[in-house]
Amino acid sequence: MRSIIPIGPFHPLQDEPENFLLTVEGETVVDIDVNLGYIHKGIELLAQQKTYDQVVFLVERICGICSITHTVCFCNAVEDLLKIEIPERAKYIRTILGEIERIHSHLLWMGLAGHFIGYNTVFMWTWKYREPILDMMEILTGNRQSCGMLKVGGVRRDLDNQKLSQLLKTLDELEPKIKMLADAVQDDPVLKARLENVGTLTRKDAIDYCVVGPTARASGVNIDVRRDDPYAAYPYLDWDVIVLNQGDVYAKFLVRVLETLESIKILRQAVQKIPAGDFQLQIREVPPGEGIGRYEAPRGEDIHYVRSNGTNFPERLKVRAPSYINIPSFYASCINQQVADVTITLAAVDPCYSCTERMISAKDIRSNHLWSQKDLIEISSQKTIKIASELGIEPDLPILKKYLLR
Amino acid sequence: MPNLSTKWLKKSPWIYHVGTGGCNNCDIEILDCLTPRFDVERFGIKLVVSPRHADVLLVSGPVSYHIKSRLQEVYRQVPKPCVVACLGACACSMGIFKDAYSVAGPVDKVIKEIDPNAIFVYVPGCPPKPETMIMGLVKALQKI
Repeated sequence: MRSIIPIGPFHPLQDEPENFLLTVEGETVVDIDVNLGYIHKGIELLAQQKTYDQVVFLVERICGICSITHTVCFCNAVEDLLKIEIPERAKYIRTILGEIERIHSHLLWMGLAGHFIGYNTVFMWTWKYREPILDMMEILTGNRQSCGMLKVGGVRRDLDNQKLSQLLKTLDELEPKIKMLADAVQDDPVLKARLENVGTLTRKDAIDYCVVGPTARASGVNIDVRRDDPYAAYPYLDWDVIVLNQGDVYAKFLVRVLETLESIKILRQAVQKIPAGDFQLQIREVPPGEGIGRYEAPRGEDIHYVRSNGTNFPERLKVRAPSYINIPSFYASCINQQVADVTITLAAVDPCYSCTERMISAKDIRSNHLWSQKDLIEISSQKTIKIASELGIEPDLPILKKYLLR
Repeated sequence: MPNLSTKWLKKSPWIYHVGTGGCNNCDIEILDCLTPRFDVERFGIKLVVSPRHADVLLVSGPVSYHIKSRLQEVYRQVPKPCVVACLGACACSMGIFKDAYSVAGPVDKVIKEIDPNAIFVYVPGCPPKPETMIMGLVKALQKI
C-alpha cells in the first residue's frame, strides 16, 4: 500500500522552509517530490534597481553561509565584463576569506549531519571547533558572517598582517582537531554503519544529474572550479582536489573532512605568500557588455551572469547556485531507501534553499503568453520525440512522462 | 498580572524557530546559541519541534507572500501568552529586501493582522550575534 509522508514547510529537520512529499510503500521510499519557493524574495529584480556597488551587499544576502561565495562570484562576473585584472593582494585576501568560509561551512554541515543521524556528540564537537574560525573572521573583517569585505575591483578593506599571523595560530590549533575528526569518522563503527551504502549516487547518475561540488567529487567526478577555471590566488598555491568513488553519504562526509584539511593547507600558503601593495582598483564606469563569474562554493560551482547597458545599474543579474543543481539528484539517491535514511540523504548534498530560490519565467513576446512548466516540458519532449524519430530511436522519457501525467 | 503560566514561562522559555525567508544567517546563529560556546540550554532555554510546546516564537527573515499564511497558522497554534522575537534586520524592518516584489511585510505587521495585542521583541543586526540574541530573550522575559 502506498502512502504519502509530507515533510514541512516548517519542520525541525532543517532551518529553512521547504516541503518534501515522500511516497512510501511500508518503510521504503518509492517516489519523492520537492516543493520549493517559500523563501523566494526576488533578488535578481532587486539587483536591477541598485548600483554595482550596492548589488555587492545584496548578493551577500542571497545566502548567509556562502556570503563570500556570492560576492566574489558577482565581482568575478563584473571584472570579466570590465576585462580587468585585480591587484595581487586583493586576490590573496579573497582566497583567505573564501577558504575560511569553506572551513566553517564544512564544519557546520558535519555537525548537522551528526544531528540528523541522532549522533549529537558530533554536532556539539564540530560546532565547538567552528567557533575559533568565526572568531578569526570577526577579528579579520569585523563580523562573524556577511562581512561586507568585497567590492568590484578588489576588496573594500585591507587585512592586517599581524592579525593574519594570529590566523596561523588558530589553524595550528584547529588542524589536530580536524585530523581527530577524520580519524573518528574512519574508525567510528556507529557512523560507518549509519552512513555507508546509504543514499548512493552512482558516477553515471552524478553525471546525468549534473551535480557539482562535494556531491560530485564523492561520486568520482573530478571537477573543481578552483583548479579547472582558476580565479583569485588559487593558481599560485599548491593543493589537491579530493575525489572519492563510493558515492554514498559516508564518502560525502569524508570528502568534506578532507577538504577542510586542504583548506587549512591553502590558508597557510596564502598567509605566507600574500604580497604587500594595493588592494583595490577604482572603477569609473562599466561599459555595455556581459560577463560570467564562476566560483567553487563549499557546496559546488556557483555561476553569476551580469549584463550591462552602460549605465550605473546592471541590466540583468542571473544567479545559479550549486544547490539548484544538486537538489534534483534526490530523485536518484532517495528512491528505495528506508524512510529513516532519507533525512540524512536529503541533507547529504548540503542543500541551501535560500541560494536556490530563483524564479524562471518564459514569455512569448508576440502573444504575451507566459509559458508554464508543463508547456515547456511538452515542447521539450516533442522535440526529443522528433529528433529521436529522425535518428530512428524509440524515445525513452520516464521522468518527462511522470511530469506530463500530472 | 502575574499568574501561573507567566511564572513558569519566566523560568524556562521554550523556543520554536520559524524561518520565513531569511538568508540562513540568523538561522545558523540561533543554532550557534545551542552549541557549547553559548549553550543556552543551561538557562532552560530549549528549541522545541512543535509550536504547540513553545513559549517564544523566533522569527527570522522578511515574510514572503508564499510563507505568510503559514506563519500566521504557526502563530495561532502557539499557546498564549507568547512572545514573538523578530531576529535580524529583515524580520524587524525588511532591511535590504524592502522593495522586493514577493515580500509581504515585516513580521510584526503580518502577525498584527491576526492578533493586534501580540508581544514583540526586536533584535536588530545582520546577523545579530548570539550574545545579542540572548540579551533580546532576557528582555523579552522581563516584558511578560
